[in-house]
Amino acid sequence: MEGSRAVAEAVAMCRPGVIAAYPISPQTHIVEALSDLVSLGRVGTCRYLMVESEFAAMSACIGASAAGARAYTATASQGLLFMSEALPNASGLRLPIVMTVANRALGAPINIWNDHSDAMSQRDAGWLQLFAASNQDAVDLHVQAFALAEELSVPVMVCMDGFVLTHAVEEVDLPSQEQVDAFLPPFAPAQVLDPDDPITIGAMVGPEAFTEVKFLEAHRQLQALDAVQESADRYLHVVGRDTGGLTTSYRLDDADVAVVALGSVLGAAADVVDDLRAAGVPVGTLGVTCFRPWPLDEIREALSGVSRVIVLNRAFSVGSGSILGADVRLSLAAEQTRVYDVVLGLGGRPVTRAVLRRLLDDVLDGQVSDRALSFPDLDVDLVVRELDREGTDRPQAVTRGELGADEWGKAWT
Amino acid sequence: MSDVKLYQIGTFAAGNRLMDPSLGTEQSSAARTNAITSGHRACRGCGEALGARVVLDAAMRASEGRMVTVNATGCLEVFSTPYPESSWQVPWLHSLFGNAAAVASGVAAALEAQGRDDVRVVAQAGDGGTVDIGLGCVSGMFERNDDVLFVCYDNQGYMNTGVQRSAATPPAASTANTRAVGTRTGNAFGTGKSLPVIAMAHEIPYVATATVADLHDLERKVTRAMSLHGARYLHVLVPCPLGWGTESADTVRVARMAAESGMFAVFEAEYGDVTAVSRIRRQVPVADYLRTQARFRHLFGDPGHPEVVERLQRQGDRTIARYDLLGTGER
Ligand SMILES: Cc1ncc(C[n+]2csc(CCOP(=O)(O)OP(=O)(O)O)c2C)c(N)n1
Ligand code: SF4
Repeated sequence: MEGSRAVAEAVAMCRPGVIAAYPISPQTHIVEALSDLVSLGRVGTCRYLMVESEFAAMSACIGASAAGARAYTATASQGLLFMSEALPNASGLRLPIVMTVANRALGAPINIWNDHSDAMSQRDAGWLQLFAASNQDAVDLHVQAFALAEELSVPVMVCMDGFVLTHAVEEVDLPSQEQVDAFLPPFAPAQVLDPDDPITIGAMVGPEAFTEVKFLEAHRQLQALDAVQESADRYLHVVGRDTGGLTTSYRLDDADVAVVALGSVLGAAADVVDDLRAAGVPVGTLGVTCFRPWPLDEIREALSGVSRVIVLNRAFSVGSGSILGADVRLSLAAEQTRVYDVVLGLGGRPVTRAVLRRLLDDVLDGQVSDRALSFPDLDVDLVVRELDREGTDRPQAVTRGELGADEWGKAWT
Repeated sequence: MSDVKLYQIGTFAAGNRLMDPSLGTEQSSAARTNAITSGHRACRGCGEALGARVVLDAAMRASEGRMVTVNATGCLEVFSTPYPESSWQVPWLHSLFGNAAAVASGVAAALEAQGRDDVRVVAQAGDGGTVDIGLGCVSGMFERNDDVLFVCYDNQGYMNTGVQRSAATPPAASTANTRAVGTRTGNAFGTGKSLPVIAMAHEIPYVATATVADLHDLERKVTRAMSLHGARYLHVLVPCPLGWGTESADTVRVARMAAESGMFAVFEAEYGDVTAVSRIRRQVPVADYLRTQARFRHLFGDPGHPEVVERLQRQGDRTIARYDLLGTGER
């Protein structure tokens, strides 16, 4: 089954009351499938709104959720940015909306392929952000997302890699409707627009209480760390599948080197781990399922035994540095661990087993700097040609002669 | 103490004692809901506060108290909900400046999904939140014919942010970003953006305009709108003493002059066709209307801009002709 279809089936089983969506690749198959499922009467009394923009989609979800309906939408990339004004609004209003983000690069240049720059751009929006490593994960996380959102009164974003997962056809084990019903209680909103009990939602708050409102929001997010773990435990109990919770690890227990990543790249990383293990190298992976809130202590503990950490960033903060890597460093602030911050797989460039194997070999050989962002899949010739054409200085690492042009991609300081 | 006037003053002013009590406004009724209570922070004489009170009380009566409201950012939202207070006696949701229509669509969809067909949805926004930043969502709500009454309180500018122009600001008006300085004579003459006409182009069940000068008419239109389902649009002219530079006591008079000069057409339309217009009973020159407001002060005096006033008069005349507001039958 296609990943998008599997997610649509899972969402349908969660019986949202309102779905509002707008097409954008690579998310479209999900909402197309849902539109069919709603028409076929498979989603109960669900209303499907074909809105005129992603901003309207999120806004309609805000209204629907405030009126007591389970609300769902899906988007990606430019669409996520188009709704960005409404994202902190949804979280600030504590509306438990669930959204799929089929991760895709942000333009310009326009690019429809996968990376994580869309989700990363909204990491401070007050949403829970869960990353699926596989389509099975995506299905299981969606069911949990509705339960978490409603338990905590916080919106939840389930991120799945665009095309790599959304368009991949593979075997997925869907939970049964009975299992979903047993796991996910009917929506009991914490606040609702009701003529019998009129309340004001979204009032203006000035300096006298704004900090407190935001502090409480942060506090609730941190509480979510426990809830995410408990949710995974309960899901295992009710549905019978282990989704790991905040993180998932692979052969990490006795590892000296760990690869930290989000999303589907963890599959290829595990294969490389097997290869290296066969060669006697003690490596493992740590997948971060819950990116927001950031599981600060859990990550530190998980990495406590390793001396080197390679962070695979599928997005970065232009002009500053890494995003995932920065959070990992935060977890390891008091440790001696060396962190290799790597940016790769942008705009759909494949992160293959071979690419990862070369990266790990280079790190093990001491070829990669742990004090700068590295771009192992960068086409250095192309960049140098362009810089020369512009008459712009080459980055220091090249002109200082510390690294040859072909190695420069590995440590761009 | 002012004189008590017992004679017909030629309007349907609330509480007019010569009228049949059954024709009294909801505002004159002791049982009115006070959907938006006193104590809010609007300026004295705020037309938007008056308009919202009348609209909501009438909508509450029409829905027998079964309604929820959605509000865009703007004066109405800010003056009614200063933390930790709220003026709203109805379920009320504020999300953003430009999304009231889409939020209301979501509310309507949720109510439908839950089978709560007794609860009605009213969305409210200023002219900026409607004709400018909110237009996409408003148009989408119209096009889908979502079951929402959208009310625009048109004070012809962005008042909440300090009186800047919107696409509903009339030409020649001096605002914070169209000041009459240098060779500029206020807001530029453009083609204008008439949301009632744009709404009609969507052929939705009901479109109406009104002013706070005729509360009977306003209430009647709210009642009519609430008796229908699908997308409905009500555009209410609400003078803003602060932004227009009018006396607080003159809000109703200025609104009436806007209609009677032809600067604001009061009409109703169903499924895209005009079905009724409010006739001008005593036409006033556009110049007289403009003179009530400091935002047009630069047009008068020495040397003033008589050519601009003439141009505005021609605009008023065109509106009068287009809607046959004088009832001459000449269009
Ligand atoms: C996206 C966004 N842009 C700008 C603003 C600033 N803003 C708040 S209210 C407002 C003007 C409101 O004007 P209008 O809708 O006409 O309502 P009024 O205050 O005049 O009643 C503006 C520009 C905002 N809140 N959000
Ligand atoms: S600025 Fe105008 S619209 Fe705003 S509260 Fe004052 S009078 Fe009303």
